[in-house]
This record gives sequence, structure tokens and C-alpha cells, in this order.
Amino acid sequence: MIPLLIYVGIFVVAFFAVRAVAGGIARTGFSSLKTVTFGDESAVTPDRRASVISILTLFFLWATFTGSALIPSFLHMPGPPLGLHTFEHTVQNAEGETDTATVTFLLFETEQDAEGNDLPDPEPPAVEPGEGFALNDSLIIEAYGSELARLQDNDELTRDDGTTIVAVNGQPISPGDRLDFSFGTISMSTRGSLNILPDQGWQMEPIWLPAPESVAVRFWDILWNGFRNFSLAEHLGYSLFRVVVGFVLGALVGIPLGYAMGLSNWFRGWFDPIVEFMRPVPPLALIPLVIIWAGIGETGKIVLLFLAALWIMAIAARAGVSGVNISKVHAAYSLGASKWQIMRHVIMPNSLPEIFTGARVAMGVCWGTVVAAELVAAEQGAGMMIMVASRFQNTDIVILGIILIGIIGFGIDILMRWAERILVPWKGRS
Amino acid sequence: MTGLAIRNVSMRFDLPGGGAVQALENVSLDIKQGEILSVLGPSGCGKTTLLNIVAGFLAPTEGVIELNGHEVHGPDAERGMVFQKGALFEWMSVRENVSFGPRMKGQRAAQYTQNVDHLLDVVGLQDFKEKAIYELSGGMQQRVALARCLANDPDVILMDEPLGALDALTREKMQSLVLKLWKETGKTIILITHSVEEALLLGERLIVMAPRPGRIHKEYNLPFADEGVDADLREVKKNPKFAEVREEILGMIWDMEEEIMGRTEAAQ
Ligand SMILES: Nc1ncnc2c1ncn2[C@@H]1O[C@H](COP(=O)(O)OP(=O)(O)OP(=O)(O)O)[C@@H](O)[C@H]1O
Ligand SMILES: [Mg+2]
Repeated sequence: MIPLLIYVGIFVVAFFAVRAVAGGIARTGFSSLKTVTFGDESAVTPDRRASVISILTLFFLWATFTGSALIPSFLHMPGPPLGLHTFEHTVQNAEGETDTATVTFLLFETEQDAEGNDLPDPEPPAVEPGEGFALNDSLIIEAYGSELARLQDNDELTRDDGTTIVAVNGQPISPGDRLDFSFGTISMSTRGSLNILPDQGWQMEPIWLPAPESVAVRFWDILWNGFRNFSLAEHLGYSLFRVVVGFVLGALVGIPLGYAMGLSNWFRGWFDPIVEFMRPVPPLALIPLVIIWAGIGETGKIVLLFLAALWIMAIAARAGVSGVNISKVHAAYSLGASKWQIMRHVIMPNSLPEIFTGARVAMGVCWGTVVAAELVAAEQGAGMMIMVASRFQNTDIVILGIILIGIIGFGIDILMRWAERILVPWKGRS
Repeated sequence: MTGLAIRNVSMRFDLPGGGAVQALENVSLDIKQGEILSVLGPSGCGKTTLLNIVAGFLAPTEGVIELNGHEVHGPDAERGMVFQKGALFEWMSVRENVSFGPRMKGQRAAQYTQNVDHLLDVVGLQDFKEKAIYELSGGMQQRVALARCLANDPDVILMDEPLGALDALTREKMQSLVLKLWKETGKTIILITHSVEEALLLGERLIVMAPRPGRIHKEYNLPFADEGVDADLREVKKNPKFAEVREEILGMIWDMEEEIMGRTEAAQ
């Protein structure tokens, strides 16, 4: 809730700030002459300043809620109050006499060495035992945790002697009560022990969301040392390889199938029910069946991606053939072209824009499907990386994997669009 | 015998819901080699249907088409067609579009290049040879379509409202171009148009069709096409005879349209 409010706040502030500071920069070109821009889709171009601020905002939120070292600490959300804290507790013995002793505790965060192994917990702070029958206590509490403290165990008179804790920092307390202090909350259990619950702050625990720099460090680590017997390039390469092979096979079968369906009644009739049935079945739903049939190896994944791409490409090719303006076909016939020549010089090029649109969709679907399939079962791949990492609660690897998957998916789409511009420049312009 | 013969052609379209449309009924027409014929008529009187039958895209329910003595079955390079729009190949350059016919016949570049370049000169597109189709204006695209048809050297050129989508000025230039090409090449041309003026200017012979069923209503032999070959078309229009025939045909089509409207109103 708080991150969302901050996000909306930054959105609004950035909008007005950019307008106030740079609003004077006039747009040039034809669009600047338009008086009607609301409702004119072509007049809406992304404001790149907004894009930059948007990305920075996301990183800022990420950094501030994880106490990242990338931003100065005054920008951090309050974290758990690490360090030494003290409070006093008053103990009453069976005779009704009271004694007060100090509790010192160290709130610490587990640190890791260069290999990512947890360092041992720190020692409790050294304290003087103090006077009276209640002695001073010293303990350590891990951040985001709590401690049911056995404060009387070290005292001269223990619980067995009939002592009870009656006050904390001078405030009376009885079983079931809660008291708030600067470092957090202390409550008393029904059996009379104090439960220390230090504030957790607004930051995310690293196990939920690691700081950006620890993801970057992990990236560097995996980049050089690999993950689970395979290098990062191999993991991503395997995923890409599966996508490319599955897509190419799907296109090799799907495009001719779509052409046949667009050109022949019999093919159309034969394959229509199959294609129309398979089209709405999400490829993910096929994973279990494919695993049963082809196992979890490469074959299974490629079969799955083949199926994911096949129907999309077949439908795109069919639409490309059906979409040909009959005048073009008539014109080609009147110019003396044979059936085969019309196929080669009219129908095929005419269907290319549709096929490219289909290919872009298919690549996107394949990329999503391969990750999902690797989540289920794989020995290497981007999906396997995040699956295994999540099992060991390596949230940084999970996030790293998600970022890499997103970047690669985006890269694939950029590449397809670029190819489209080069190969079918007439798309949408007739 | 040479020329195009349309013999007792009828065309009936069966509608999916039962019923049928008699698009053409017993249409007969003889067109001499090298003649330019324009066809007028209210919307829906079967002009496009007739042209599609001549081109071979449709088989008539009755009757035959003969070209130079042989019957027509299906489209062929001897009958070229210029469409109103959308029939150029966007994936080819202007030059590739124009050379499409020769290339499909298996001619080598050396055989057709000269002719293609010449035709592009004639239609005034010498500077646009390598341009893509979508980079051209509507008028330029129609000139490409014309050149593409001519490059294939057909005996008959069929045009279905080829200039319908053009502005008045471009249209006038294109009309002169059509006349010039007609005279130079001596092709037989059938031209469908909605503009009475265009039909008068370009038609050596003009037929007016009537709807329901589609048939030939009236035929004119006109001198204006011959005059227009050398003269400014605007001068031709000033001829009092031109205005007279124009008014007569306009009135005729007007009456037919009235009748159609009346009939549909009565039906409702
Ligand atoms: N494929 C078809 N199926 C059914 N009816 C058709 C078909 N093609 C044409 N018709 C009918 O035949 C008649 C003649 O159509 P046609 O397209 O030849 O008219 P047209 O004279 O070219 O009209 P316009 O001037 O509007 O182009 C119309 O009534 C039309 O509804
Ligand atoms: Mg028509």
C-alpha cells in the first residue's frame, strides 16, 4: 500500500515538475501543428522523459525499500533499528520486594561472505551483572525476528523462587499486555515471559526482495561461475535454442498448412476443426501431456514449442492467403501468370505481412511457454534457474532471472519488428 | 474474323437465400479491332459483370465471348485489365510491376527492358522506376497500372472505372493519355465509367445499359474520341453537339435511376 502511494505520488509530482521545468520545449513537426490531439491516436507519441522517470522511479522504489547502498541512506525507508538497545525490567520476588535490571540486546542482520554463505551470528554484548537479585541480561535478536526472552534464568532468584516481572521501563505489565517502545514492542506471554518484537521498519526483508546491488552482484557471480553446472550463457542459450527450433519447425509446418487451408476446400475442411480446436488451448495446458509422451528432455520442450507456434503460424498464413485482394489475383491472371506463378509472386508476398504479425505473436508465446516448461522440469534454462533458486529461497536469482527473461523477450520482439521493417516495408501501406 | 464478339450473354446470380439476380440478359455486342467503346449505366446494371465475363473471371450462364474467332474460357494475357485500384503489387517496384507480364512469360530482362522503359516514359514515370508503389500518388499508380497492362501487349484492354478515384485535373490528363495510347497502339478498349463526359470523350462508340435485367439500352457512334486525339479535351467539350448528347444521356440515366428508386420505394 505504501509503495503504491509513493508511486502515484512520484507520478503526479513528476508530471507537474517536468511540465513546470521543461514544458516550454515546443514540439516540432507536423504533430505540433495539430490543434486536435485528444482522441487522435496518431498524435500521441510516448514522452521519453516520462519513460526515463518511470524506469528511474521503479529502481528508486526498489532501492529505497531494500535499503540499497546505491542511494544515500536518508532516502531509505526506515529499516529495522539495527544495533544496541536497552530497556529495564522490574522483577518482584515472593516477598514483594522489587529489583530492576537492564536488558541489552543487539539487533543484527545476518551477513554473508563473498561466496554467499551466512557468517556466524555475532556475540551478545558484554554487560556487567549488576546489583540485587535480578541481574542484567544480554542477548541478540535477528532483524525481522522476535525473541521470547528468558530474563530470569540468570538471576539470583529464578522463576522457581516465585519471581515475576511486573514492569518494563517503569510501566507495569501483566500477562497478555503489550507495551510500545522506541525499538519495537514488548508483550508478556501468559506464562509471564517477555516477548521482544523489534520494529521491522518499512523495508523488505532480503529474502522477499533483495537490494538491486545484490542482484547485480549475483549476476556477476553467475555470469562467471555459472549456476548448477551450466554457465549463464548456456542457460539462456538453451532456452533460446528451444524457442528458435520450436518456432522454426512450427513455421515450417504451419505456413504451408495455412496456405493449403487458404487455397483448398478439402484442406480447409479437414484442418479447420483441428486448428479451431487447438487454437484456444493454451500451450501450458499441454505441458503435462508432452512430458508424459516425450519426457522432460529437449524433445518434449521442442514438441511443445512446435505445437505452440504451429497453430498461430497456420492461422496467420491462412489469413494472409484469404486476405489477398481478388483484383490482384485477377490482374495477375490477365497478365498471363500461371497458378504457380500467382502463388509465388502474388499470394506468397501478399501474405508476408500477416505471417510476420503471426511470427511476432508466436515468438512471444514460445518464449513464455519455454520458461513455463522449464519451470516444470529442466536441467538447464532460464525457467529452471528461477525455479531452482526459488526452492532455495535465492530471491536475488529469481529476480535476476525474471529481468533476463524480460529483456530477452523484449529483444526478440525488437528483432522481429526490425526484420519486418526490412522485409515487408509495404505492410499497412496499401 | 478479328475483333471481340459478345453473343447472347446472360448472367444470373443465384442468391444464397434462394431467389436470383438477373445481372445481364441477352447482351450482344460486336467490337471491331482497334475500337474504343465506353459503357455507361446506372449503378447495378451489370457493367462490371459484363467486363468480368469478357475478361474471363466469370463464366456466363448463357452465351459466349469470342475474340478473333475463338471462344473465351478464363482469363488470358490477350485480354488485359486495368482495375480501379488495389491491383498493383506493393511488394514490387514500379519497374517490376510493369515488367510483370513479360517476366511471367519467361522473357529475359534484355527482351523487355527497352519496352518497359519506353512505356514508363510514355506515362511520365521515368523518374519513378525504382520507387515502391506506396510511395506514389493515386494518379501515378493508375499510370503504372496502365503501363503494366500495355507492357503485356494484349489485344483488348478492359478498364473498370480506371479513373474513378482521381481528382478532376489528373483525370483529364489521364483521359488524354488513354486517347493517345489508344491511337498509338491501336488496341481494342472497353472502358466503364460513371462520368458521362468521360464516356463521350473517350468512346468512339458508347453504349448505355439499363438495369433489371441488365441489357443494352442505347448505342451511340461519336466523333469526339477522334477529335480528342489531337485537340485539347476542353475544346472538344465546347462542341455544341457534345453538350447535346451529354444532356440526352444524362436525362436517360436520370430517368432510369428515378425508376429504380421509385420501384424500391414502392417495394417498401
Ligand atoms: N457475386 C455476385 N453475387 C450476387 N449478385 C451479384 C454478384 N455480382 C454482382 N451481382 C449483382 O449483379 C448486378 C450487377 O452488378 P455489377 O457489379 O455488374 O453492377 P455495375 O453496373 O458494375 O454497378 P456499379 O456501377 O455500381 O459498379 C447487381 O444487382 C449486383 O447486386
Ligand atoms: Mg461496377
